[in-house]
Amino acid sequence: MAGELVLLDFWPSPFGMRSRIALAEKGIPYEYREEDLRNKSDLLLQMNPVHKKIPVLIHNGKPVCESVIQVQYIDEVWHDKAPLIPSDPYQRAVARFWVDFIDKKIYELGSKIWKTKGEEQANAKKEFIECLKLLEGELGDKTYFGGESLGYVDVALVPFYSWFYAYEKCGDFSIEAECPKMIAWVKRCMQKESVAKSLPDQEKVYEFILHLKKVFGIE
Amino acid sequence: MGEVKVLGSWSSPYGLRVQWALGLKSVEYEYIDEDLLNKSQMLLKYNPVHKKIPVLVHNGKPIAESAVILEYIEETWPQQHPLLPKDPYERAMVRFWINFLDNKDKVAPFITFFIGVGEEHKKAVNEAKELLKLYEEQVLGEKKYFGGEEIGMLDLAMGWMAYFGVIEEIVDVKILDAETFPRLHAWIQNFRAHPVIKNNLPDHDRLLQNYTEKRQRFLAYSPHTENA
Repeated sequence: MAGELVLLDFWPSPFGMRSRIALAEKGIPYEYREEDLRNKSDLLLQMNPVHKKIPVLIHNGKPVCESVIQVQYIDEVWHDKAPLIPSDPYQRAVARFWVDFIDKKIYELGSKIWKTKGEEQANAKKEFIECLKLLEGELGDKTYFGGESLGYVDVALVPFYSWFYAYEKCGDFSIEAECPKMIAWVKRCMQKESVAKSLPDQEKVYEFILHLKKVFGIE
Repeated sequence: MGEVKVLGSWSSPYGLRVQWALGLKSVEYEYIDEDLLNKSQMLLKYNPVHKKIPVLVHNGKPIAESAVILEYIEETWPQQHPLLPKDPYERAMVRFWINFLDNKDKVAPFITFFIGVGEEHKKAVNEAKELLKLYEEQVLGEKKYFGGEEIGMLDLAMGWMAYFGVIEEIVDVKILDAETFPRLHAWIQNFRAHPVIKNNLPDHDRLLQNYTEKRQRFLAYSPHTENA
């Protein structure tokens, strides 16, 4: 069932991290290949001609693109190990809704926080915190969004934690002060090896953002 | 299997997807039409996060986002008219294309085609044609439906094309023509002819009138001026 599994990825990508976590949770061995996004490999362009983006999961030579689709695919193929998506259809729908919400909001707002200044940045910060608070509401008193074990929403959201320090430095605010429950949940997730090993160091991500700001000429 | 309600809007392709899915699976439901300029308390209660249609309410429990709803319908009523293939890889491909065509960057050219003018409109026409070419050649290919021999989830997501002709009529520009896109054209005929779809398409005259008015409103408020 395993066959040949390759993940084309880029170390700071929160989307790539999702697939790393999913594969690690299920203990599935794979080959990790780092892409240089300024010099994309022929394999990446061939496997994802439509978007030319990472991550790409290549299973027995066939590519699966888009991180949420990869996580669902991984969960379906290796369904007997550490299931991520709930089995009840309504719970699944709730999980998919929140992953869709995360995809619509978190990355874009986070990007605005490090890319912009002044009013645009202030608005982005405000909305970002509002979104995290909504997610805190969804988490409630549960250990993880998935209940007692890591689930689909946990896997989709926790990678952004590696960018929190960068957002905080660029935006001059504290996410923990505004959303302590969220950070408490993050810390629980980071206790898991699958998560800890899949997320890069926050300082490293911050350095990367500073480098990007220079390259794009952003103050 | 319990009470099913759908909050939708008569001309929204996102709402229609849900209605079509339920229709194909012979699931009875109560349809509630929303006035999107005057949203009901029910809609705001059932979708407080986005406040949008469609919303499916099953036994009092709401689900929002059409792609999420379609997956729920498929999982709750799996026996009748399956909408997804069994193979995980093929399912991933269906999900990939639904995700692709729903992306706001891929919807935008068609919106600009409808309400844009001048250079912006020309650019939109070219982008729209490129997307249609992709759908025709790479996604539909030689198949009768996107789902193969039967209508599948991707067909429902592509369902907006089934009445795109009205938009072309109003704009007075044809881009989805039979000569350039013979396969899509054939698909539209097949899709529209299916009894469930046929009985759940927005009324042509109502669309024509309503969307003509809509376009005029947009053009009136547009900062651009039409090239003479």
